Order: sequence, then C-alpha cells, then structure tokens
Amino acid sequence: MNIECKDCGAQITVTQDSMVGEIITCPDCGADFEITLKKGELIEIKPAESVGEDWGQ
Amino acid sequence: MVQVCVIYDKIRFEERILHNKITEKGFTSNLVDGKSLVFNTNSEKVDFELGDIIFQREISHYRGLYVTSCLESLGFKVINPFSVSEICGNKLLTSLALVKHHVPTPNTSFAFSSSSALQLMDKLGYPLVVKPLVGSWGRGVYLIKDRSAAEILIDSREEIGSPLSRIYYIQEKIDRPPRDIRCIVIAENIVASIYRNAAENEWLTNVAIGGTTEQVQMNPELEEITLRAAKAVGGGILGIDLMEDTKRGYLVHEINNTVEFRGASMVSTQDIPAAMIDYLVHECRK
Ligand SMILES: Nc1ncnc2c1ncn2[C@@H]1O[C@H](COP(=O)(O)OP(=O)(O)O)[C@@H](O)[C@H]1O
Ligand SMILES: [Mg+2]
Ligand SMILES: [Zn+2]
Repeated sequence: MNIECKDCGAQITVTQDSMVGEIITCPDCGADFEITLKKGELIEIKPAESVGEDWGQ
Repeated sequence: MVQVCVIYDKIRFEERILHNKITEKGFTSNLVDGKSLVFNTNSEKVDFELGDIIFQREISHYRGLYVTSCLESLGFKVINPFSVSEICGNKLLTSLALVKHHVPTPNTSFAFSSSSALQLMDKLGYPLVVKPLVGSWGRGVYLIKDRSAAEILIDSREEIGSPLSRIYYIQEKIDRPPRDIRCIVIAENIVASIYRNAAENEWLTNVAIGGTTEQVQMNPELEEITLRAAKAVGGGILGIDLMEDTKRGYLVHEINNTVEFRGASMVSTQDIPAAMIDYLVHECRK
C-alpha cells in the first residue's frame, strides 16, 4: 500500500502489518508521519511529533 | 479475560511485539495513544475503558510521568509506577537513589548554576562527562576534555535556557572497555544481559547510535549489583546499565524506565516481551 507524502508528494510505502501509532518516513524528503487510521486500504497520516528533549527509554 | 493496556507515544518495535505477545498469550491487548488521553478532576476510573493493568511505554518522560499520575489517582495499576518513573527518568534522582542503597555508581557532582558548574569542573579536573538530567539515547552526553570544552558546553546550555539546562550533572570519566552492560530486570529476575559495544569512532555505547550487542555471561557479583540497583529505584520492569571500571569493577550509571529490548532480543535466549506480559498479568491478579 502507498500513501502520498504531505510535504513533497512522494509515495510512501505502508506495509500490510503496520499499525496505527507507527511512524513512517518519506523516502524522498525524510519527513516523519504517524499513521492515524488504517482500515483495509484506507490509510490516514499526520505529521509526527518532533523528537522532544525528554524523549528516551 | 485480562486486558493489558499499553500506552505509547509512538509504536516502536517493542510496542508492536508486546501487542502481539499479549494476544498470543490469550489476553486482550489495548494499545492506547498517550497523546490522546485527557483527564479531569471529576474523572472516574469507569470513564476509561483501558484495561486491568497499564503498561506505560511513553517515550516522553514528562508526558509518561504525568499520564501515570492521573491514571494512578483514578485507581489504575501502572507499571512502572509514578514513583519509579520519576527517579529513573532523572539522572540526578537516580544517582541519589543508588548511593542511598549502596549500589556502586560513578562519582558524580551536581551544580545548579553555570558559574558554579565551571568552578566545580575546574576543581574536579578534566576529562569529565556531563549529561542532561533528563533524556536518553546518548543525546547531550558529552566528554569534556578541557576547560574550553566546558565553556562551550556551558554557553550552549545557557542558550537553551530551560530550567533543567542550568542544572549540571558532572561525572568522572570511567576507564572502561569500549562497551557497557544492559541488564533487563523484571521484578527479581534478570531476563537478559547484554554487552553493548560502541560503534567505531564513537565513545558512547547506545544501540540508538549504532552500538552492537552480545550476550553477557552472568556472574554472582553482576547479578547482585543489578538486582540491588533495581530495588533502589523501586523495582518493576527496568533496564539497568552498568560500566566495567578497570579498577573498581561494575558501576551502575543509568536505569531505564521504559526499557527498549530490540537489541537484547536478538542475542538473548529468553523471550523478553513474554516475561514482561507474565509479570503484568501477575501484578494485576495480586
Ligand atoms: N562516566 C562515564 N564514563 C565513560 N563513559 C560513559 C560515562 N557515562 C556514560 N558513558 C557512556 O555514554 C553512554 C550514554 O550515557 P548514559 O548515562 O547511559 O546516558 P543516556 O541516558 O543518554 O543513555 C553510556 O552508555 C556509556 O557508553
Ligand atoms: Mg544509557
Ligand atoms: Zn516527502
């Protein structure tokens, strides 16, 4: 499955087993998107939150 | 049937595997985006159909911490609890907890202004390792080789200007092999112990920056120190990081609260996520 990058319009591949909440990266411009909806062939994405200072494990 | 709720900021390898394991074991998995949760002073537990036990896996320290405090006040059981997350997410609080429980740890100093930090570093002598209080994956961890490096660091901290950037965590540089040890502890069990070898031309050993992993042969001393460190911060599901000082032996330098286990999974013989789920289910039946 493919979805269009909201920044540059390139096609981003979404694998069959990817889940809502996962982050996908545009191969062309490197923008990160979070998958917000995935129902069958229907996929929605939004720009991912940028890495925060307090992020980690 | 037990419903396990995994709260995330984003789904990493770990959260996906946890979700699969929960289902595989015949429990219900509820993956919840912590960024979407809202609470109110009148909120009640029944308003939230989350699950019987909450596994807090948020990447953002502060978001995870405060979401946990809201959930705990509603009566949810959260792993790890607020009290543990608060300590582990903060290197200063972690150092103090380790010292209090006589866990060997690098000698570390704290300063609360830029000028006192510079004075302190001059007095301690270089090289030194300076780390942010909050943060991970080796970001902001610097080897300060001399006074001019210290000045540059302090200038950049001043520029950031956040309250935490003016608190300095200054550590002796440990003379160690180019690796450190990560032990994953669940309650009183060490379920994985791995070496993390530094990537070439890199002094940090974080897997996030290219470090490679290898299994560690456990020994009684390593086991004892690791379990004592876990206990010092309140226990639960933890990643204990140790360095091997060439003279003093094992030193615990960090405890991770939402431990990543991708690297450890590849070399460990134990099923780490399965052990985590077993612990969660055990805790919620208590
Ligand atoms: N005092 C020290 N001496 C030598 N190396 C250190 C010291 N402290 C940290 N390191 C190295 O830097 C890495 C990152 O430091 P750490 O305290 O674990 O911060 P983070 O939370 O960013 O992972 C460690 O895994 C270790 O390889
Ligand atoms: Mg670390
Ligand atoms: Zn793009």
